[in-house]
Amino acid sequence: MRRCLLFTRKLIDKTLQKLGEIPEKKHDGVRIAAMAKNCHNDYKMKFSLDDEFPDLSQHNNHMAKALTKEIYGKLRGKSTPSGFTLDDIIQTGVDNPGHPFIMTVGCVAGDEESYEVFKDLLDPVISDRHGGYKPTDKHRTDLNFENLKGGDDLDPNYVLSSRVRTGRSIKGFTLPPHNSRGERRGIEKLSIEALSSLEGEFKGKYYPLDGMTDAEQEQLIADHFLFDKPVSPLLTCAGMARDWPDARGIWHNENKTFLVWVNEEDHLRVISMQKGGNMKEVFRRFCVGLQKIEEIFKKHNHGFMWNEHLGYILTCPSNLGTGLRGGVHVKLPKLSTHAKFEEILTRLRLQKRGTGGVDTASVGGVFDISNADRLGSSEVEQVQLVVDGVKLMIEMEKKLEKGESIDGMIPAQK
Amino acid sequence: VSTPNVIMPFGNTHNKLKMNYSAEQEYPDLSQHNNHMAKVLTPEMYANLRDKETSSGFTLDDVIQTGVDNPGHPFIMTVGCVAGDEETYEVFKDLLDPVIEDRHGGYKPSDKHKTDLNPDNLQGGDDLDPNYVLSSRVRTGRSIRGFCLPPHCSRGERRAIENLSIESLDALDGDLKGKYYALKNMTEEEQQQLIDDHFLFDKPVSPLLLASGMARDWPDGRGIWHNDNKTFLVWVNEEDHLRVISMQKGGNMREVFNRFCTGLTKIESLFKERGHEFMWNEHLGYVLTCPSNLGTGLRAGVHVKLPNLSKHEKFGEILKRLRLQKRGTGGVDTAAVGGVFDISNADRLGFSEVELVQMVVDGVNLLVDMEKRLEAGESIDDMMPEQK
Repeated sequence: MRRCLLFTRKLIDKTLQKLGEIPEKKHDGVRIAAMAKNCHNDYKMKFSLDDEFPDLSQHNNHMAKALTKEIYGKLRGKSTPSGFTLDDIIQTGVDNPGHPFIMTVGCVAGDEESYEVFKDLLDPVISDRHGGYKPTDKHRTDLNFENLKGGDDLDPNYVLSSRVRTGRSIKGFTLPPHNSRGERRGIEKLSIEALSSLEGEFKGKYYPLDGMTDAEQEQLIADHFLFDKPVSPLLTCAGMARDWPDARGIWHNENKTFLVWVNEEDHLRVISMQKGGNMKEVFRRFCVGLQKIEEIFKKHNHGFMWNEHLGYILTCPSNLGTGLRGGVHVKLPKLSTHAKFEEILTRLRLQKRGTGGVDTASVGGVFDISNADRLGSSEVEQVQLVVDGVKLMIEMEKKLEKGESIDGMIPAQK
Repeated sequence: VSTPNVIMPFGNTHNKLKMNYSAEQEYPDLSQHNNHMAKVLTPEMYANLRDKETSSGFTLDDVIQTGVDNPGHPFIMTVGCVAGDEETYEVFKDLLDPVIEDRHGGYKPSDKHKTDLNPDNLQGGDDLDPNYVLSSRVRTGRSIRGFCLPPHCSRGERRAIENLSIESLDALDGDLKGKYYALKNMTEEEQQQLIDDHFLFDKPVSPLLLASGMARDWPDGRGIWHNDNKTFLVWVNEEDHLRVISMQKGGNMREVFNRFCTGLTKIESLFKERGHEFMWNEHLGYVLTCPSNLGTGLRAGVHVKLPNLSKHEKFGEILKRLRLQKRGTGGVDTAAVGGVFDISNADRLGFSEVELVQMVVDGVNLLVDMEKRLEAGESIDDMMPEQK
């Protein structure tokens, strides 16, 4: 307990240093925001642990699995220097007991420090979500596209489109669940500056959500370019939809093959995509573009949040590491109805989604197949898994079309 | 147990880094907005208030978040701001006083509010024509002093409010004797039945409510208490700590109001016995979450058939002069069905409970008379009321 208090006190001192002298006294009977509190609602510390502990009896998400009363008791009085509390971290998981298709995470970070201050909760969540990843493990970053083998010839009769996305957080700002309007606008401004300086195949334009017509917006959604208006309660309960659509927008190059979402679930989401099966080209553009962008942000003294344990720091613990989802839309009408489909995906370390994204079901036998892992393997490794895995599944599909068995093709666990 | 599949935007507006940014950088974009908060909140006001907070930690951004996230409403002029505790109305008076004034017909910071819960002071009201008046209802809200309000309260506070409420309500007897149903334990069937009977509050879907944070942790600590006759109900921890409702079929508003006053007064004394009073002061009357409900917090109304009158070109004008408002029979966010309207008092603050219910009784009597005239093919021109 004393160590917790000491740690907290140190954070408060650090905060006061950062923000300068701010008086913690009453002025005309009105208390000036002291900026040195542990909780948003001060009254809750008057209530016992049992009174405040959330009812998770109906819940099935990573947070609910990991959060014991003991952990809650230990962490409830803490906050990060920017004021993010335990209740902020877990609110989305309390309000959303479960999801029909996927095991949700049920907690979010509000800033870079969340992962440190609340490690007692987040380390077990990370371990459970990322295949046993330990607090001492180190993560590899590899954005050298030349290390990818093959990937330029996925059969376009089956693979309709290829896409790689990741997220990036900008150091010095809090994350979408917590950031203020001023911060969000600051992030947007920086992003516009950085992206406007891109040239060649990356030359493009920024479209603020605020200025877009409904027609433009519908078109971009239909093209799979634009992020959804926030309706998923998973996102909205975490607070990331506040002030919508202020300072949100989308930037894309003229070819519409390289896109950046600004201020949705993460500060930046970077996406490379095109029709057909040339994943190699998609990944090349992805790596080159990403590195160009990172250089520009660094020049402005706002690098990306990264550390050697967690890799790239993002809002949702599920996206730590590479934050990378590389995937294809692929026709697998026969394979998808095969008894071993799920098993095959698991062994290939792939996952399936509907073609509308994470919250949808598949349509017409077309699936979104992507890497399941984010943390503990590099970008190149994850895209390699997709390339190799999709190739295999197409061969299986072809076999099944001919009425042949695929029993001899079942892969070993990767 | 119901798993709410709803949108719950939730305010995390206590970010300390925001003071590193100028007031201008933090000031919300209200250019598309049409609510009371947006009309009133100037950049200067924002700058003056943005570093303040109440003792429980409620900030200006907390107060206004719902108004920023909800630019407008198709049917009604929304308030666009909420209180997180009793002090909010003091600490943020620079914003809330003009909002209150605009919303409550020019009510000034120096005005005093009258409370009158003596049902004997109501005249008539026991004979609204049941051929037209299908049901009568009176509701109000109450906040329990010492706790934060629903946009801001913690789970511990909410549960304490629930426990206090259960204890107090269990002590009621006679025709008020009843039972508490926690939302958590209700079956889907029970819940649907209560909604159909117009007894239960909606699962929170309105973005107006959700954006202020009052749906957090749903359905923890929420429930409904009602007497055996289902004529007296209390909602616990919805938009306010307590919502107290008296209702019955037909047009005997007098009886409804009688039960309302009796029950409410009993409940207040039961809470006092347990060391808890209701939030009230002589300027704002009963203090509630939404500034629109200050004063009496009272909405008294009927479901009444006015198929002819509602199509008359002067319908809106008549309602205005009678100080009444119309809603659909599903409540504030709905439209009318089959010529049946929810007609209730428009005012909350600056008039007493008795005065407001009197306006409903007198006004509805007149509206029904007008309807009968129009049915008979006659004119109502000579019946137009004065502005009350």
